[in-house]
Amino acid sequence: MRSDRAPLGLKVAATCGLAFMHLPILLIFVYAFTTEDKSYQWPPPGVTLKWFAVTWGRTDVWEALGLSLQVASISTVIALVLGTLCAAAVSRTRFFGRETISLLVILPIALPGIITGISLRSAFNLADIPFSFWTIVLGHATFCVVVVYNNAVARFRRVSGNLIEASMDLGANSFQTFRYVILPNIATALLAGGMLAFALSFDEVIVTTFTAGQQQTLPIWMLEELVRPRERPVTNVVAMVVVLVTFLPILGAYYLTRGTETVAGQGK
Amino acid sequence: MTEQSAIMDRQGGLMGRLSDALWRKPGLLIFLLILPPALWLGIIYLGSLFALLAQSFFSVDEFSGLIQYEFTLKTYRELLRPSNFDIIIRTVVMAAAVTLGAAIIGFPVAYYAARYARGKWRAIFYLGVMLPLWSSYLVKVYSWKLILAKEGILNWLFETLRLGWLLNAYLAIPVIGGNSLSVSTTGTFLVFLYVWLPFMILPIQASLERVPLSMLEASGDLGARPAQTFRHVLLPLALPGVIAGSIFTFSLTLGDYIVPQIIGSSRRFIGQAVYAYQGTAGNIPLAAAFAVVPILLMAVYLWIAKRQGAFDAL
Repeated sequence: MRSDRAPLGLKVAATCGLAFMHLPILLIFVYAFTTEDKSYQWPPPGVTLKWFAVTWGRTDVWEALGLSLQVASISTVIALVLGTLCAAAVSRTRFFGRETISLLVILPIALPGIITGISLRSAFNLADIPFSFWTIVLGHATFCVVVVYNNAVARFRRVSGNLIEASMDLGANSFQTFRYVILPNIATALLAGGMLAFALSFDEVIVTTFTAGQQQTLPIWMLEELVRPRERPVTNVVAMVVVLVTFLPILGAYYLTRGTETVAGQGK
Repeated sequence: MTEQSAIMDRQGGLMGRLSDALWRKPGLLIFLLILPPALWLGIIYLGSLFALLAQSFFSVDEFSGLIQYEFTLKTYRELLRPSNFDIIIRTVVMAAAVTLGAAIIGFPVAYYAARYARGKWRAIFYLGVMLPLWSSYLVKVYSWKLILAKEGILNWLFETLRLGWLLNAYLAIPVIGGNSLSVSTTGTFLVFLYVWLPFMILPIQASLERVPLSMLEASGDLGARPAQTFRHVLLPLALPGVIAGSIFTFSLTLGDYIVPQIIGSSRRFIGQAVYAYQGTAGNIPLAAAFAVVPILLMAVYLWIAKRQGAFDAL
């Protein structure tokens, strides 16, 4: 059948588009093994594993990584709670201000990050709040809510109201219904949302530059290296590891949300 | 009491009573659900946002350098000074160029993924867009520093193909050229395009998936050439998706200050101006006024997009 075969031009354009999106990232993998340490010379003059050992021994990288993981974990937990609450309210009923609430959730990510960043910074300054670990978390949690919310709201819409009523009819109270009926149905959506929120927070740099004091998260460390390169091969190795580490939650989220058309109570 | 117990006993304990109350009064449940997120976003986010807006109406005393807490439009007038106004124009032109470029490169990918990719290829295309979308922003910027560097792969490619003269001729063009690609406006454009491209593809793909195949076939049956079908049937139907994608590419480019700082010429963009004025210059009012520009631009943009039905494609 003619219409099922893509025209050659389209095939080429689509392939080029995908290649454009992936080749630069692959290049990072090559550079992590180069022996050249002063410039970005291509092709690499030689191949070595030396820089992995050097990076392993760098305490500043480990500290930045540790801080990033802590910030991302706590922000994700806050975003999970707030995002789920918000999604539950918005998806179940129509109430006054419903549109406003969904706009409010999306706003921190719809407006450029620099606006979120500078608003928070000037607010911290006005309120005399010193920059700390918690100011970073405050900023991150704010824009992570939307990711959880998006995932949760889509799933809540598919969870049938009949299931909840059936649970109540059979004598469960609101909390038992949540624990044994609603939660199992939304769990994978929350896990996927949580993973994406984690990835978002782990990678965030623009808001963080405004809300961090002296602390360095991994992206801030990376930015510092980009602006004032000190040891380029170490940056190469860190970049490669970051790419590999962020792929895992993305793949995980993909497999968790795949085929979610078959949520319980839907097939009628 | 007897009537009620015929249905079900009132549940004992504090938790039981709370549970009953939540079931009887759905309004209370909604209120309790919405309260924490509304407080968090309302106080932390909106509060800061309004505090920022308020500061844009203050001004900085030219002599003492201190902020004067009186209502004035003086700071906004400063935005219209040629040096500042240039920054705004430059940023808007860049955002528009990036949006256009992303639409041109993204459309074929989205179209192929929505219409022809089946089975295994569908998953490959999906992940092929999702992985770059979610992989680290700074790593992506960094990879372009490697590519565009003078001793990097792109220059090497041009030299190997004996086309070095072409690149040099291009770099000699004022405004878009520069000493090397990594310090040129073209470099900034390429990196923006690369970083925001997935944000354009996903909404286009979503809107293309909703275009019924029968319409394209009908157009062909009625004698339209593929180009005509594209122009008069496919594009109008996919336009909401393109506009939805352009919201992201436009907004993200408007506010970014890291890409032009790392790869680009010394000519500044709005984000860099905001960062510089709030930082070392300590001119918070002017920084705030600069930050209002993207907000206003996006408000107008969103208003137009809404009228074009772009939100249905999100």
